[in-house]
Amino acid sequence: MEAANRPVDVVLIGFGWTGALMGEALTAAGLNVLALERGGWRDAANDFALTFDPDELRYYWRHHLFQNVAHETLTFRNRGDQVALPMRRLGSFLPGVGVGGGGVHWNGQVWRFLPTDFVARSHNLERYGAAAIPPTMTIQDYPVTYAELEPHFDRFDYLCGISGKAGNLGGRIVPGGNPFEGPRSRDYPNPPLEMTYGPTLFAEAAARLGFHPFPHPAANMSRAYTNPLGLQLGPCTYCGYCEKFGCGNYSKASPQTTVLPVLMARPNFELRTGCEAMKIEVDSDRRRATGVTYVDETGTTRFQPAEMVVLAAFPLENVRLMLLSGIGKPYDPTTGEGVIGKNYAYQITSSVNVFYDDKLINPFIGAGSLGMIIDDFNGDNFDHQGKGFIGGGYIGVVATGARPIESHPVPDKIPKWGSAWKKAVAQNYLRTVSIATHGAVMTHRGNYLDLDPTYTDVFGRPMLRMTFDFTDNEHRMSDFLTERASDVAKAMGGREIKANKRSGAYDIVPYQTTHNTGGAIMGSDPRSSALNRYLQSWDVHNVFAPGANAFPQNAGYNPMGTVAALTYWCAEAIVNDYRRAPGPLVHA
Amino acid sequence: MAAALVTPRRALADTIRRRLPWAPGVADRPDQADDRPGYIFFTAAEAAFIEAAVARLIPKDELGPGAVEAGVPRFIDRQLAGPYGGGDHFYLKTPMPKGTATQGWQMPAPAEVYRLIIPQVNRWAADAYGASFAELDPAKQDEALKALEGGKAQLKGGFDGKAFFELLLQNTVEGFFADPIYGGNRDMVGWRLIGFPGARYAYRDFVSRHGEAYPLPPVSLAGRREWRSERS
Repeated sequence: MEAANRPVDVVLIGFGWTGALMGEALTAAGLNVLALERGGWRDAANDFALTFDPDELRYYWRHHLFQNVAHETLTFRNRGDQVALPMRRLGSFLPGVGVGGGGVHWNGQVWRFLPTDFVARSHNLERYGAAAIPPTMTIQDYPVTYAELEPHFDRFDYLCGISGKAGNLGGRIVPGGNPFEGPRSRDYPNPPLEMTYGPTLFAEAAARLGFHPFPHPAANMSRAYTNPLGLQLGPCTYCGYCEKFGCGNYSKASPQTTVLPVLMARPNFELRTGCEAMKIEVDSDRRRATGVTYVDETGTTRFQPAEMVVLAAFPLENVRLMLLSGIGKPYDPTTGEGVIGKNYAYQITSSVNVFYDDKLINPFIGAGSLGMIIDDFNGDNFDHQGKGFIGGGYIGVVATGARPIESHPVPDKIPKWGSAWKKAVAQNYLRTVSIATHGAVMTHRGNYLDLDPTYTDVFGRPMLRMTFDFTDNEHRMSDFLTERASDVAKAMGGREIKANKRSGAYDIVPYQTTHNTGGAIMGSDPRSSALNRYLQSWDVHNVFAPGANAFPQNAGYNPMGTVAALTYWCAEAIVNDYRRAPGPLVHA
Repeated sequence: MAAALVTPRRALADTIRRRLPWAPGVADRPDQADDRPGYIFFTAAEAAFIEAAVARLIPKDELGPGAVEAGVPRFIDRQLAGPYGGGDHFYLKTPMPKGTATQGWQMPAPAEVYRLIIPQVNRWAADAYGASFAELDPAKQDEALKALEGGKAQLKGGFDGKAFFELLLQNTVEGFFADPIYGGNRDMVGWRLIGFPGARYAYRDFVSRHGEAYPLPPVSLAGRREWRSERS
């Protein structure tokens, strides 16, 4: 161990979206902040140059911007009675590494959870009775409300320059927006993106069926925009390379384009790249963290003393670091006791293809969040009586860009290779629209995270072990969404449709979403949650963990909007309250 | 030519304070495939198998060139000779027991998988059909590929023929549709077949022209053949 580093007020573990938002908010209030990032520095112009961006093989299939599982991965099994094996290559989800984290290669789909999503347990009990929640379903209310988070959602919308159309302004329903959303204090900063043909056909058919289509809120710029930090973004070119790619055009909000030029210039901020946090050190009575032990790229172990530690890595890594550091009691699925690793959740997705003979869709034109959506079947926006499930999801066409290795849909009964396949791909590539469903995942007693007994990372530390499967609730809900998507698909006037249900056990191979949630959840009781309503550890009061790990269960939306709102909410509590009187912000 | 596209990667470790690292004229460039003729990774016997197999997976037919004509065998060869083949983004620590289908890849690095399994497929084909895969007629080759795909080909040594088929098909599709700088998709034949314009980047003027045919031909990261005097 080398000599100790100079102490700081706050050390951030991880420097993606959460780290950048937290760093900006805390340094603006005068705190000295240091970020430790295990990956390297990345700048939009140098690292995601336009001339090299549209490269499907390198960025997606060879994982150029993603976490390298050779270095660190996790082990996975569907059930507790199976032996977990390493995820030896990325598939189902694609965490990032390096400055900007997953905020570099995301689509920019920015949602707010519904007001009722924050009270999922009490709301469903009240509306549907005790039988609606099976005994093994472990959902909980968030200890914070939509109304409390609204200013923070708004702050992120304006930081990113979200293109969209409000559907609820202060309780007034606005035609053309999402009528089901929670009330907004003001409209989006930018108008919706221009629509391509696929989303347009979907919206027309959905409206004919009486649903309420609206533009997907997008962190892709519909016009030039200057954000509240004075940073400028350029209009999107609809190149179709957001998801899994960086944007060198400054058209997609990312830490690089919306925060870093300002944050990096501040004298009270420092970033160390190539530094991997090993563990959070706690004092002898385990009530307070003293700092973070990390290994730099030379292999030297160093200790960074800090008054506060913010876990700002990917949610799975935040949970692992809490387990490795002995912060909070590990969850035990047999007793239901303990909190770290509890309530791991995900997203359940499906799709329906519509094949046309007569319409050129040109699906290569796209942007990460360019689409039309209906929210009629999300959350509790519809009556679940008699349906056998709770929760829901959105349905829509999002034209993210049809890169051909990944996207070459063919109708039912076509083989996967040979001349018949080749002919079908050639016929259908330009003439297919895919409707996606994006469903919630409730939490269940047997779905959890702990440390693996066998496999280790490059530092010899135990890897995280994921035990997860979809339950009846998820399958019934996803099948229901797929049927509703098929209703719209049939009304879109194509030659034929093909429904791609999500059936069987959760499979870690095919890409689904990078929306891994829970494991260190927020709640109102230290016996059933790891964090209090300010994302502060119940056990070690100067540790905060504001990522998607804090979700008690996942909703039917992409998580980043809610992660950002929770991060700003946490930063506000640190600046206004914790800094003045360090200690537990909530007394249990 | 290959060397011209390779730049040194910057070191990861840095302490960054009151500055925003940026450099003019620097980009994170892709490594272009070595385009000299011949194979780097495959032996003659392996190459015979690969050329025969990809010709069945994406055949040359009335619609135009297939995987062989697109350079897919060379694409796979260069991939396996490079970092991907060595498993630079795979976790390869043992123990490596057989898992459930939902647990995914439980095999060595891709290059090793090809090296180990191709001889086993040929051995199995010799038992089942009386000749190595490349020597079979196309109808028998299709039958053999279907047996691999369906997990019905029992390979010696406990090798997973189905997982190998999935890898081979994935790499074949990659080689047919990836940017030509990687050695496949020669003359952008894969993109021309389906109407994908490639690395065009800017579609703003065309977004709302619903149902119209996109007028421009495809372009690679390395441009188009007619833009340059040398071979692309």
